[in-house]
Amino acid sequence: MDFSLIRERAEKNWKALETLKQPLIQVGMGTCGKAAGADEVYATAKQTLKQMNLLGRILQVGCIGTCYLEPIMAVRKPGGPFIYYGNLTAKRAEEILLSYLKNDNPRPDWAVCFRGEGPVDGIPRFEDLPMIKPQVRIALRNCGIIDPENIEHYIARGGYGGLARALRMDPEEVAREIKDSGLRGRGGAGFPTGMKWEFARKAPGRMKYIICNADEGDPGAFMDRSLLEGDPHSVLEGMLIGAYAIGCNEGYIYIRAEYPLAIKRLETALIQMEECGLLGRSILGSRFGFEIHIKEGAGAFVCGEETALMASIAGGRGMPCSRPPFPAVKGLWGNPTNINNVETLANVSAILTKGAKWFAGFGTEKSKGTKTFALAGKVERTGLIEVPMGIRLKEIILEIGGGVAKGKKVKAVQTGGPSGGCIPADLFDLPVDYESLTAAGSIMGSGGMVVMDEETCMVDIPRYFLSFTAEESCGKCIPCRLGTRQMLDILNEICEGKGTPEDLDILKEVSETVQKGSLCGLGQTAPNPVQTTLRYFLTEYEAHILRKRCEAGVCKPLFHYEIDPETCNGCGVCSTKCSVEAITGEKKKPHSIEQEKCTKCGACYEACKFQAIRIC
Amino acid sequence: MEQAIYAELPEEGRSEIEDLFNEMRKEFKGRPEELIPMLQRAQRRLGFLPEQAMLEIARITRLSAARVFGTATFYAQFRFQPVGKYIVRVCRGTACHVKGSDRLLETIVGYLHAVPGQMTPDGLFTIETVACFGSCALAPVMVINDSVYGSLNRSRALKLLGEIRNSFPLPKLASLP
Ligand SMILES: Cc1cc2nc3c(=O)[nH]c(=O)nc-3n(C[C@H](O)[C@H](O)[C@H](O)COP(=O)(O)O)c2cc1C
Ligand code: SF4
Ligand code: SF4
Ligand code: FES
Ligand code: FES
Repeated sequence: MDFSLIRERAEKNWKALETLKQPLIQVGMGTCGKAAGADEVYATAKQTLKQMNLLGRILQVGCIGTCYLEPIMAVRKPGGPFIYYGNLTAKRAEEILLSYLKNDNPRPDWAVCFRGEGPVDGIPRFEDLPMIKPQVRIALRNCGIIDPENIEHYIARGGYGGLARALRMDPEEVAREIKDSGLRGRGGAGFPTGMKWEFARKAPGRMKYIICNADEGDPGAFMDRSLLEGDPHSVLEGMLIGAYAIGCNEGYIYIRAEYPLAIKRLETALIQMEECGLLGRSILGSRFGFEIHIKEGAGAFVCGEETALMASIAGGRGMPCSRPPFPAVKGLWGNPTNINNVETLANVSAILTKGAKWFAGFGTEKSKGTKTFALAGKVERTGLIEVPMGIRLKEIILEIGGGVAKGKKVKAVQTGGPSGGCIPADLFDLPVDYESLTAAGSIMGSGGMVVMDEETCMVDIPRYFLSFTAEESCGKCIPCRLGTRQMLDILNEICEGKGTPEDLDILKEVSETVQKGSLCGLGQTAPNPVQTTLRYFLTEYEAHILRKRCEAGVCKPLFHYEIDPETCNGCGVCSTKCSVEAITGEKKKPHSIEQEKCTKCGACYEACKFQAIRIC
Repeated sequence: MEQAIYAELPEEGRSEIEDLFNEMRKEFKGRPEELIPMLQRAQRRLGFLPEQAMLEIARITRLSAARVFGTATFYAQFRFQPVGKYIVRVCRGTACHVKGSDRLLETIVGYLHAVPGQMTPDGLFTIETVACFGSCALAPVMVINDSVYGSLNRSRALKLLGEIRNSFPLPKLASLP
């Protein structure tokens, strides 16, 4: 079928949805939505409509970004805006639907915001929420708004228009457009995408490949998963555009097996693309043909590295090789190969639709556009966010994230996962761009952003990351294999109270060796968490080594819990939580902890409502 | 505890493995790049990779057994020991770590009397840790088979596990060492 006909039909159906004469309900059904109970909310919505004898439609959508509110439901009455409700239970969802659809009371006391034509009394506009206001959604433009399993929704919102435009241009021009946009790779390293395409385009070879890197191995990051679950076509369109620019006809998506829903949505998307003539021999009637294979990763972090990834696709152990030759020259099965990250490709499709100039209008001089982040950890509002480059860290953490939960003090933010570093709170004026984060000793990374508060120990954090990298080192390079292990051993000793001042010198020395002597990015960046914490949190190391104290209350041998008799009112909740019966005391009288019995599990500390239990 | 690294499939599973390989011979051409998908397919069906399955995959792909075993052991996804009916996977990613997943894991290990990678003696549970499930906004996260549970605390985790355990009448706590 002709694409213009497909588009016409898609637009007609979308319009029909927008002007639906019945209620329209959207439920966020990404993996995390489901984890929070979205399936139940969906089932309830369906049942409640039936019970009220209302026809109406319920759509599954991806993540709108306010993950801390999951499960989320949006309700629209004909002609009205969507009204969003969060932290739902089945019961609450039912109450809302009855109240709004039957009695026309949208329950502003429960609503989070509205999106669309307003105003609505007592409910703020989505765009005005403190969490949303500083954001610019380019890669995430459709997430949470369309049904990711319906290609028509994507097309109706301008999707595949970028591809159609690209196919009318010369491949060189397409690569130049991306170059002009200033787009840099979002997978971590930040290499200019257009330039990478040109290398692959110019490399001699008949067979060429494009690979979408959806391995997302950084523990603490979920942008790519959400994007693939919420809007797979934006990535697939970008992949087609890249393939056309490079001159290749075959592509792979390498996706981690831990993301079953994203894989399913991709498979659905590929079938629908084929039906619309967007895959196969002659795409949109042009001479460009393309096919895509999905390859599931098998749980190795190092396979996110390009050469290891290709070794894994070829069916072997995913071990990196030295570069050059770069993949653009000699990649998959020895052929020129271009590898791009999921978010990079979602930006590509937007750039081809709206133009390089528009994209370059966002961001800073050297870092153009926006960046998505998975905001998590000890922050009030966790979420999937997209901000213009150059935004300050404090805007993200304090305004978007709403600061640290439970009135505790924010200590640091970790970006870039195991390859990145911890940036202390007094540097939160730092703008978020590739160069500034690198200068601070961290990296932009793929977008994991984990906020830490006073109860996070800055010696335990590098220890945690080193246990990860030591486990994930492929073992090829001796500095990486042994050096990560040695750093881990030292950090373990320090956390157990057996550290000595000399340990810090050894740590520094080993970290430099590992950085310099490793072949791939895993080893080269593995020391970053150690180096940044040594740089910014030396006093915590010293407290562990000299005073044998862990003030955060994380390293068990270096602290204990005590009950403050002044604050304790003897409610006894703590003693019911203690599994080893270490807490004694009469009702209504101050309790106390028998230190010999206590395993420092922390259950009492979490349970006490009066903050009577102290870390000492 | 010392254990043989690779396990054989018990007698009653033999016909299952034959069926599986009959299907796999039709689905796969036996090319080397199909090795990992074949291992994944076998594990999905059998729950783990018994020695016979890996040897059979070596035959189909005409790769050496060393290559097949070497590749399988490289990837964290593959298991070489039978698993319990319920696989309890606790996230050990960064966001979950700062939200106390180590203590959550400790509690679960204590409750089920098995360490990560191990099956409970009653064959009901296997505990595993995973680097990150990508649901970090809801940290800490635990996955039981295919169901993801977020924003967990210890008591809710134990309640979930307790409900499963209680739904099986026979092997009770008493049968544990
Ligand atoms: C150890 C290691 C892990 C990596 N993991 C990922 C990953 O999970 N996702 C990703 O897109 N890039 C990852 N990268 C970066 C890729 O090697 C590569 O630079 C990127 O996919 C290129 O795409 P881009 O130019 O669009 O960013 C990793 C690199 C290293 C060294
Ligand atoms: S640096 Fe580490 S992970 Fe990378 S190739 Fe060397 S040993 Fe393997
Ligand atoms: S920390 Fe745990 S073991 Fe110690 S007193 Fe509190 S509940 Fe009991
Ligand atoms: S709710 Fe899943 S990523 Fe936001
Ligand atoms: S860190 Fe636990 S789900 Fe990502």
